[in-house]
Amino acid sequence: MEKRLSNWGNYPVISCEEQAFTQEDQLQDIIHRQPGTIARGNGRCYGDASLGIHSISTLKYDKILAFDDENGVFECQSGITLDQILDVIVPKGWFLPVTPGTKYITIGGAVASDVHGKNHHVEGSFSNHIIDMDVVNGEGQTLTCSPSRDADLFWATCGGMGLTGVITRVMFRLKAIDTAYIKQKQIKARNLDEVIRLFEEYKDYTYSMAWIDCLKKGDAFGRSILIVGEHATPEELNARQRQSPLSLPAKKKLSIPFNFPSFVLNTFSVKAFNWLYYNKNIRQEINNVVPYEPFFYPLDAILHWNRGYGKAGFVQYQFVLPLEQKEGLATILRRISDKGWGSFLAVLKVFGRQESLISFPMEGYTLALDFPVRKGLFPFLDELDELVLQFGGRIYLSKDARMKREIFWQSYPGATRFAEIVRHYNAGQRFRSLQSDRLQITPVAE
Amino acid sequence: MSSILILGASSDMAVAIARKFAKEKYNILLAARNTAALEALQQDLQIRFGVNATLHAFDAERFDSHAAFYRSLPLQPDITISVFGYLGEQEKAQQDWQEAARIIHTNYTGAVAILNVVAEDYASRKKGIIVGISSVAGERGRQSNYIYGSAKAGFTAYLSGLRNRLFHTGVHVMSVQPGFVYTRMTEHLQLPALLTAQPEAVAGAIWKGVQKKKNTIYVKWFWRYIMLIIKTIPEFIFKKLKL
Ligand SMILES: Cc1cc2nc3c(=O)[nH]c(=O)nc-3n(C[C@H](O)[C@H](O)[C@H](O)COP(=O)(O)OP(=O)(O)OC[C@H]3O[C@@H](n4cnc5c(N)ncnc54)[C@H](O)[C@@H]3O)c2cc1C
Repeated sequence: MEKRLSNWGNYPVISCEEQAFTQEDQLQDIIHRQPGTIARGNGRCYGDASLGIHSISTLKYDKILAFDDENGVFECQSGITLDQILDVIVPKGWFLPVTPGTKYITIGGAVASDVHGKNHHVEGSFSNHIIDMDVVNGEGQTLTCSPSRDADLFWATCGGMGLTGVITRVMFRLKAIDTAYIKQKQIKARNLDEVIRLFEEYKDYTYSMAWIDCLKKGDAFGRSILIVGEHATPEELNARQRQSPLSLPAKKKLSIPFNFPSFVLNTFSVKAFNWLYYNKNIRQEINNVVPYEPFFYPLDAILHWNRGYGKAGFVQYQFVLPLEQKEGLATILRRISDKGWGSFLAVLKVFGRQESLISFPMEGYTLALDFPVRKGLFPFLDELDELVLQFGGRIYLSKDARMKREIFWQSYPGATRFAEIVRHYNAGQRFRSLQSDRLQITPVAE
Repeated sequence: MSSILILGASSDMAVAIARKFAKEKYNILLAARNTAALEALQQDLQIRFGVNATLHAFDAERFDSHAAFYRSLPLQPDITISVFGYLGEQEKAQQDWQEAARIIHTNYTGAVAILNVVAEDYASRKKGIIVGISSVAGERGRQSNYIYGSAKAGFTAYLSGLRNRLFHTGVHVMSVQPGFVYTRMTEHLQLPALLTAQPEAVAGAIWKGVQKKKNTIYVKWFWRYIMLIIKTIPEFIFKKLKL
């Protein structure tokens, strides 16, 4: 069916023919019939990575195939979302090895973006936990790959934005937990130097991230709140929580039913956040035990918060810089705060070392923030891209909607090799997206 | 644990129904032509909901096999729900008897053949619930799909007669009129979003309807009124419309 589609940033919006499949032969049929198609999970990438003239929705291919709850091994079809998996595994004492900041993404999307979580510095990205997976290539064949079997396909698929083919089945390892709660610590940092020092000091914590204020200047430039956490042990729970340590109290979700006029998120809600995050935390440090949901997925409690940016949509700008580029981080952050266009809050994380072909993470600092789409934004982001490139960093493809192709080819050292592998498995370039065409990974034939 | 037999278990609607009842701790008997294609769903139900799910080969168009099929089930299900259906292509069916026969046999003859068997069993045991998924298309024939519509009209009438008969034995029969539903069967159609339900909503409505022993449910309430209006248009006007 012809539909208007856009991903989480509501930019860009395109007209697209979307088809679903529930059996592998139906998928092969779609691939054969439609040259020029791209897999789409739950549309939680921000930009144009899963948009194209045709898209293949995986959401109905969502069956759990096996769950070994003795050893923590999970096998499923690619269209299942993380929240559905959590519902099954948490009560049995298991958790996702890596989770992004929303649980409404599919496993296929987790692999294709090779997502990272708050634990990257200790546990790596999602691909580190995959045992093996199936990919249906451009000829409609199902190939099983793993780090030791067809490794080129495996590494080009992890973070490969759907360009090697459609991931259909994934088997991965889970992480054992004793409770559904997180013991967290929130520490106020006066400025950027201090938060970076705190990241150092608390680097042994499994989970860490910081909310950073992008508007403050002067001494308070980069003031932030570092949040670190560990899965709580039963002893750390209060009496009520201890009654059923592996299940969470049920909650109602709020939804934003329509697009707000764009000023709303920029003034009112930003101030509310400000108040919430800075003034409520009067104490320097807060320690408490919270359910895993608000810790990992603070924004999921408000369904469709993305509509708060209004009709024009927004882009999320996420880049990573090598560890030694602390000055670079300050330089870019200063440019952003001087401009005053970005969201008030940004997320700062530290990545650990990672060898990869095309996945985003590298050892260093990553910063992510939203920019509502407006006149002059893209030229400004182009300037930031140049800085990111100069400092040896790169932009996250899963959040990108506008990067220029030179930036991609210069900033991803594995790009050429990746494109070769894509050409091999994606014969005739059947899989292509707006993004892959824009970045010329799948150049449009003359 | 109670159990439900789902006839025509490979459709999107059937998957949603199976998950809803499994979530409510029903064991699930999945019946469809191609049981190999249901293995993933079987695993999924068992792992997600900790219930037992079994697979059973069933072909709606092989009427003679229905009695044996039902006897071969490992147990008599507490609820039987007939989900299978075939939309077909109206224009093709006008010229091609094969297509017309398939539409009629899948939606009407096949449904009657299997539900007769189930009804006899439930009547003799004086309990059980039969749910039939019919269609609003059966409420008035329209040029765009009257072969499908007429088969569904027959099915709707069958269900209401069955309900009348079995009421006296303590067996309940519920008819479901889903209206438009987003499924693979309809994904090539342009459906009006407001009028179209997700398969999960259909499943939820069926669950509630069964709890309350409803006779007929419309998944989106306004379908009842839309169809009321459509049914009350005088024939001399209706026949001129391009519906
Ligand atoms: C609130 C929020 C917070 C987020 N936080 C993080 C974070 O902390 N860390 C992080 O890494 N990411 C984060 N993300 C990004 C998100 O995790 C990724 O964009 C993810 O890939 C989205 O998955 P999806 O299922 O929605 O897929 P889509 O957005 O539909 O697709 C994303 C990409 O995956 C490809 N793809 C999807 N399914 C398949 C398949 N079966 N086979 C092949 N390719 C496929 C698509 O082609 C596309 O290139 C966040 C997003 C949101 C909205």
